[in-house]
Amino acid sequence: MEEGKRAVGRLCSICSQRRPALKRPKTLEQICRECFYAVFEEEIHRVIMENHLFKAGERIAVAASGGKDSTVLAYVLSELNRRHDYGLDLFLLSVDEGITGYRDDSLETVKRNEIQYGLPLKVVSYKDLYGWTMDEIVKVIGLKNNCTFCGVFRRQALDRGAALLKVDKLVTGHNADDMAETVLLNILRGDIARLSRCTFIMTGEDGPIPRCKPFKYTYEKEIYAYFKKLDYFSTECIYSPNAYRGFAREFIKDLERIRPQAILDIIRSGEDFRISSSTRMPDQGTCERCGYISSQKLCKACVLLEGLNRGLPKLGISRTREAINGSERLHKTGRLPKAEAERPILQSKPCGNLEF
Amino acid sequence: MSCSGSGGGTCQSLCRRTKDDEVQPPPPSVSPKDGRDEPGSKVDQSLCSKCGEEKPAWNSLCLACFRSSLFGKFKLAVTSNAMISPSDKVLVAFSGGSASRVALQFIHELRCKSLKNWDASKSQGLPVFAVGVAFVDESAVGLNPSIGMSNIIEEINSVVSELAPAKKELHVTSMEGLFCKNFDDGRSCLNELLDSITDATGKEDFTQYLRMLSLQKIALDNNYTKLLLGSCASKMARLIISATVKGQGFSLPANLQYVDSRWEVPVVLPLRDCLAQELAMLCHLDGLKTTQLFNSPVGINGLVSSFVARLQEENPSRERTIVRTGEKLKAFSFNKFTQDGYYDFLPSIIRPKFQNVNHEESKPEFLCPICGSPLSDSEWKHLKGTKGMYQTSIEMFASQCCQSCRFQILPKDTSSL
Repeated sequence: MEEGKRAVGRLCSICSQRRPALKRPKTLEQICRECFYAVFEEEIHRVIMENHLFKAGERIAVAASGGKDSTVLAYVLSELNRRHDYGLDLFLLSVDEGITGYRDDSLETVKRNEIQYGLPLKVVSYKDLYGWTMDEIVKVIGLKNNCTFCGVFRRQALDRGAALLKVDKLVTGHNADDMAETVLLNILRGDIARLSRCTFIMTGEDGPIPRCKPFKYTYEKEIYAYFKKLDYFSTECIYSPNAYRGFAREFIKDLERIRPQAILDIIRSGEDFRISSSTRMPDQGTCERCGYISSQKLCKACVLLEGLNRGLPKLGISRTREAINGSERLHKTGRLPKAEAERPILQSKPCGNLEF
Repeated sequence: MSCSGSGGGTCQSLCRRTKDDEVQPPPPSVSPKDGRDEPGSKVDQSLCSKCGEEKPAWNSLCLACFRSSLFGKFKLAVTSNAMISPSDKVLVAFSGGSASRVALQFIHELRCKSLKNWDASKSQGLPVFAVGVAFVDESAVGLNPSIGMSNIIEEINSVVSELAPAKKELHVTSMEGLFCKNFDDGRSCLNELLDSITDATGKEDFTQYLRMLSLQKIALDNNYTKLLLGSCASKMARLIISATVKGQGFSLPANLQYVDSRWEVPVVLPLRDCLAQELAMLCHLDGLKTTQLFNSPVGINGLVSSFVARLQEENPSRERTIVRTGEKLKAFSFNKFTQDGYYDFLPSIIRPKFQNVNHEESKPEFLCPICGSPLSDSEWKHLKGTKGMYQTSIEMFASQCCQSCRFQILPKDTSSL
């Protein structure tokens, strides 16, 4: 990181022995590499303890993509589990989206991690679960909206994989920057229901497999600094280089530059929002077809999948609500599905996908 | 959630209506048309989508319809929130910008109408509200030094005096007047105070607070009962994002409502549903003179402003969506008028709407002594937990401030106060 230009002659503000190697964005302290590793791990431990994320004896799946966040997460968790005797059974869970040149390489990293950290690995693939790989999906729908498919499918694939592993909880590597970004995006799209729950450190506690985010307060920068000592994979997805969440991500990075604390402040804002009790929240139910949680009759994955299988890949992408109800209304009114799906999208932007 | 979700009350219908206006222009004019097109360029054949008679001037509306749609939003905000009662003396905060220029114009027109009604009414029992104008001279804090302040004040004077028939009083005050009667002492006091704030964003926010104090002072000294600001939807959208970024998620809705009675003279924001772009366009089309006095925002506020501007460019309804998100957050008890009998002047049909709400929430809020934000539960706990641990009154004061002010406004070392 900022290898001590100003810090020449100064010493680590924690141990006062070694030369500082980096400046912590949270506290602006100049600290040495050894102290950084110790503080970093200690902080994760504190978050886990304070929020009662785990109970002894639980089986925990770490959602591992082979990228920076999840690699660090898998390593730190197995380390802390040993050091503080959490008594957890840890597993690695990966999703194979079927993206040649991207996922196959990153899966290799996960497989190496399996050996290095001694954690059993389970890989679930889109091909097995849905009958489609992302490569095949992109061939049908093109490079627009493909992230919608991938995102919806991945969410469900992780849950299904976790069920196969019979784990009690799923941990993901979402970091503070991701959280801040999600808060902003939900404000930008007016999604009050998601805004109210996007800052929870644990979600789905009443569901079969709760998810938690031990890196909720951990800066991406620090994760990057930490994983320098680990084996990792780093390329961008070939189908969405840089596109994902563009503006908001850039904005957060700019904010961090002038006020590093801003990221934590956004998360705190998200936690403190006074959501009016009269605001209507969507009812959580289950999908009629696959039994997955859904606020509609069919879950999003089933709607998207139906579109793919029937050769109407736009189903479920344009104007969410109508597309979902649309498949029902078709039977009643006898209207052609094509007309339904290809209607001009009058108000696609405000409530649909926020794609910049 | 969809944009047609519940919540938001009156504005909801308003937003929907404007959206429909935008969405349903007659097909031939849709494709090549940019909102900024002047009448008579490419869209000769198409007519105003509302009246169908005139040529469109903005967003497929003719000037008259565009104007009346904006005035409609203004009036709806005033009436549905009971902003102005007949006995009020309203002070309009005028900066020279387009938003406050439109606010002044509209309140003037509203008063003219009321006067006309008053003349025509038999009993003349209810009085007609009075209007005054305030301008805060901020040359001391280095705003656009290139323009001579005396010229600007002269210009504003001419704007205000042109608003006939009813004459409006213009109050000009300088920010340093808050500190000291003596001009030079006041100025050095002010500069010393602002220089002690090292964070650029904090300094800007504090200046804003001082501006509000100056306006309040004018209002109190001259017996005004309402302070009217021209804050528009675009400003609110920026405020929502920047408050979120500063960690003020809890207190955010306080500054967002049509009415804010935390101040001694309650503040009202009737233009909250109009976009800055619309207001600027109206000034342009109506030939209303404006001057841009404020420097563009700095620090966090500057970043947020350019971020929102970029989003708005990409999707013209983004600012409204942000404001709608903010509207879904719960307001505070001071976001309506609190004095007894305030709503008595309202027609009996709509009076219960306000009175019922009054009893709902009676929990007193503790406000940050700097920015006036209500303290969140965790801040409140922090304050209680540290009670009695302070030796000096300054430490005591610092402990009562919200977390955001403690970070960006108070000096890190409290002993320097």
